[in-house]
Amino acid sequence: MSPADIRAVLKDELARIAPDIDFEAVDPKANLRNEADIDSLDFLNWATALHKRLGVDIPEAETRELVTIEGALAYLTRKFAARGA
Amino acid sequence: MPSLGADMEAGTLVEWLKKPGDAVRRGDIVAVVETQKGAIEIEVFETGVLERYLVDVGVEVPVGAPLAVIRSPGQAAETTAPSGPAPTAPPIVRPSVPPPAPRTAAARTGHARATPAARRLAEARELDLTQIQGRGPKGVIMLADVEEAAAARGAPARAPGAFNIDQMRTAIAAAMSRSKREIPHYYLANSVDMTVAADWVAAANAELPPERRLLLGALFIKATALALKTFPEFNGRYENGVFIPSGPAHVGMAISIRGGGLIAPALHDAADLPLGEVMARMRDLVGRVRAGRFRSSEIADPTITVSSLGDRGVETLYGIIYPPQVAIVGFGKMVRRPWALDDALSVRSIVTTTLAADHRVSDGHRGALFLARIGELLQTPESL
Repeated sequence: MSPADIRAVLKDELARIAPDIDFEAVDPKANLRNEADIDSLDFLNWATALHKRLGVDIPEAETRELVTIEGALAYLTRKFAARGA
Repeated sequence: MPSLGADMEAGTLVEWLKKPGDAVRRGDIVAVVETQKGAIEIEVFETGVLERYLVDVGVEVPVGAPLAVIRSPGQAAETTAPSGPAPTAPPIVRPSVPPPAPRTAAARTGHARATPAARRLAEARELDLTQIQGRGPKGVIMLADVEEAAAARGAPARAPGAFNIDQMRTAIAAAMSRSKREIPHYYLANSVDMTVAADWVAAANAELPPERRLLLGALFIKATALALKTFPEFNGRYENGVFIPSGPAHVGMAISIRGGGLIAPALHDAADLPLGEVMARMRDLVGRVRAGRFRSSEIADPTITVSSLGDRGVETLYGIIYPPQVAIVGFGKMVRRPWALDDALSVRSIVTTTLAADHRVSDGHRGALFLARIGELLQTPESL
């Protein structure tokens, strides 16, 4: 799965927890929880969905990597590559 | 049309999920209605065969009005003679007040499954949802789909957040005005040391995959439900001057709705579920609220409300009871505070718990014991 594919998954899953947020308009460096008003349960649901769709482990201590779109993309791309290796 | 809570009197039928001739069992979802709070799946109360519809899609139906005729097992099929009442016709439960003449929904938003935001935009732009291709989960129409359709029509899309949320506001205003008018609230607060519970959750989560991880919110709901076993006067409904306690604790979980408003659907039998299951149900409820779709029993059944502010927001919540319930328990944001432990001062993680309760049913003394009991249960998270 390419970074573009992972980005599409991020967009898709963000739409599920925050259907009113325009993914393309979100600052990729901004804290999503503040930027898109994501509460802890929605954030956990997001991490869960990404874990399931991409098949990568996301330890609790690393979920903070998912808090920005840029960070999530970099983290998941790295994890996905490591999984394939 | 089952009760949709204290603040909703009618819903517009948008979809039938069973056809005449289909077998239905108690609890099956037979139809979807659109309400001020989103789409609600209507569960059937009887087992039998759906004989015929009494209401067409697009019609607004008052609470209590019959939606369809269900033939019980063994009951003869209704004769189809066009005139004259059939002697074997199954009984139709009539509402106590005759329903007003059905009105057709103003906007054509029937049939299609869409997120609340998408529905609002479609309504604002007078777009026909049934003509829009949904690309969300299971074909649900997302905001982006409506925006695209709006753009294709050549008109500028309205920015999210600019939607008309008047209906939701009206529903909340009605319920909260009634609460403040009728219910003599009293308020109590208690600071609870959550250090042990928070450490326990962190240790458990470190070993768990994301889908099984816990949040403190699950402990709050379970502890409240368990405490109700000893304090039944906070669990139930006050109707027609009488308090009717509930056996099971159906905890209404307050969920803020994106774009404005909130809803507190029931987490059924919360006291009897393992903590992991409470958490799973919470996730499911939030997911479905985000998708704008929940079940009629979840709207009608809560016997108490729990409002948990999570890890953002403020420390203390002063709740307003959702009638006809008699209590709401609030949990503020967890904060690090200096705290006397034995004879030493230490830094602990503290949550302020609050109770707003109905003075017609209970007194502050029992309320204090109830709140203290919740705090006590939270000291032994492994037994929740």
